Amino acid sequence: MDIPGADGYNRRMTHENDAEASPLIRTRALTKIYDGSTALDALDLTLHRGEILGLLGPNGAGKTTAIHILLGLLEPTSGEASVFGLSPLTERHRIAARFNFSSAYVQLPSNLKVIENLRTYARLYGVRDRERRIAELLGTFEVGHLAGRITGALSAGERTRVNLAKAFLNDPELLLLDEPTASLDPEMADTVRRILLDIRRRKGLGILYTSHNMPEIESLCDRVLFIHEGRTIARGTPAEVVRHFRSANLEEAFIKIVRCGDLVWDRP
Amino acid sequence: MSGSERTRTAERVAAMTLRYLYLHKRSLPRTLEVVFWPVMELLLWGFVALYVRQVSNGALAAFGASLINAMIFWDLLYRSQQGVSISFIEDIWTQNITNLLVSPLRLREWLAATFLYGAMKTAVITGILAAIAYGLYRFDLVASMHLYLIPLAANLLFFGWALGVFTSGLVIRWGHAAEALIWGVPFLVQPLSAIFYPLSAMPAWLRPVALALPSTHVFEGMREVILTGRTAGGHLAAAAGLNLVYFALGGFFFRWMFIEARRSGRLGRLGTD
Repeated sequence: MDIPGADGYNRRMTHENDAEASPLIRTRALTKIYDGSTALDALDLTLHRGEILGLLGPNGAGKTTAIHILLGLLEPTSGEASVFGLSPLTERHRIAARFNFSSAYVQLPSNLKVIENLRTYARLYGVRDRERRIAELLGTFEVGHLAGRITGALSAGERTRVNLAKAFLNDPELLLLDEPTASLDPEMADTVRRILLDIRRRKGLGILYTSHNMPEIESLCDRVLFIHEGRTIARGTPAEVVRHFRSANLEEAFIKIVRCGDLVWDRP
Repeated sequence: MSGSERTRTAERVAAMTLRYLYLHKRSLPRTLEVVFWPVMELLLWGFVALYVRQVSNGALAAFGASLINAMIFWDLLYRSQQGVSISFIEDIWTQNITNLLVSPLRLREWLAATFLYGAMKTAVITGILAAIAYGLYRFDLVASMHLYLIPLAANLLFFGWALGVFTSGLVIRWGHAAEALIWGVPFLVQPLSAIFYPLSAMPAWLRPVALALPSTHVFEGMREVILTGRTAGGHLAAAAGLNLVYFALGGFFFRWMFIEARRSGRLGRLGTD
């Protein structure tokens, strides 16, 4: 089965074995209720190998709640979540070495040098040939010249790129990226997107991606899933969502979806 | 646990210990701060003890010597508790905790690294204090305690770790709001531990509470050795037994708070609110 990506790249889903075909992430009716308030309402989500899925929604929509459940940081009220077919709550240690995470809101220790931070995480992830791997990633994200600098002294954009280098240390099969380009200038954001697409093409990793930058989502994601006030509002490829909501682009569709919260379209 | 898993565990504990040691590499104020307060306290209590020795003799003079010892031992307990809790909260302050919680690092490995780092810091500080006490007050910590020095100090180290695990549990459940307790909890234990005065000086109704603390047995044992020269075997055994209980309770409490924070959503918000 060929699944066209937004970048024109076709992923061939092989079903030669179950491990290849089974989803990296699967949630079924995933729900979280805080003190009577529903933060996430029956979320069904599937992410396959080699796929980039955009998880979209306005602030407070439930994106962070969903990500925290998948990271094993939050216990759902009901429903199921699995990563590599395992529970993030009870089997986190079997999952952790195979995936990684980067967020604009989570930092590496500001009082350590960049190289010290990367060495620490390379050890935590059991990376073999650490120094070579670190040098390779510093080069990929164009931060090699910052290796000896204190992390807290870096600009927001530099820190983001170092965070991304950390996220690739263990050569993950799955990445959870929470607004990873939020503090990057347009040129660097474009570079990061190209790096992500390139690594996805070469390694076939799956990425769950959140961003408020709709042009970025259109250029990067194979599929998107809109949530609003915890409920799933729409899902499909970016082009399908744009078409369905009779919009010029994804940004316009986003605004329509948020302003008319009762619009619900779930692609069959 | 298989051999390769043991190697990976050791690697992760080493990673976190190094992460804490990196902090001292270039931060002179941070390193000096670790030494500053204990040295100031020792100077204060050392001169008080010196004065007591000058104006008295017999039991009171020996009591003066026990004051210096008590101060060094109290600092050992306080620093080992702080070593665990401050290391833990460091990653909340720097908004790094989510990175650690989603990494392959296990909670017990993380705690082991804080114990190791705390033990290193405590050993350095105790060494410095013992040297100052000998240089300024002619007080020989090793000679005064003989072979009991190591087991008594080890019991305080363990109790400090147990308290550190307990206070870290409070922080993981309540975040920044519980930070003050990191510094406050040891001072709840201090008046009950008969550090600078014997247990007999406390009201009778309070003594059972005091005797439920391993630290009380260590300080009573310490005074017994210094003042009477008698062995402190009973106190040592009681302290070790109680430490096992407190260590297990601290671990259960930490785990309970962790699960509760994961249920309430606090865990994911640590460091970001």
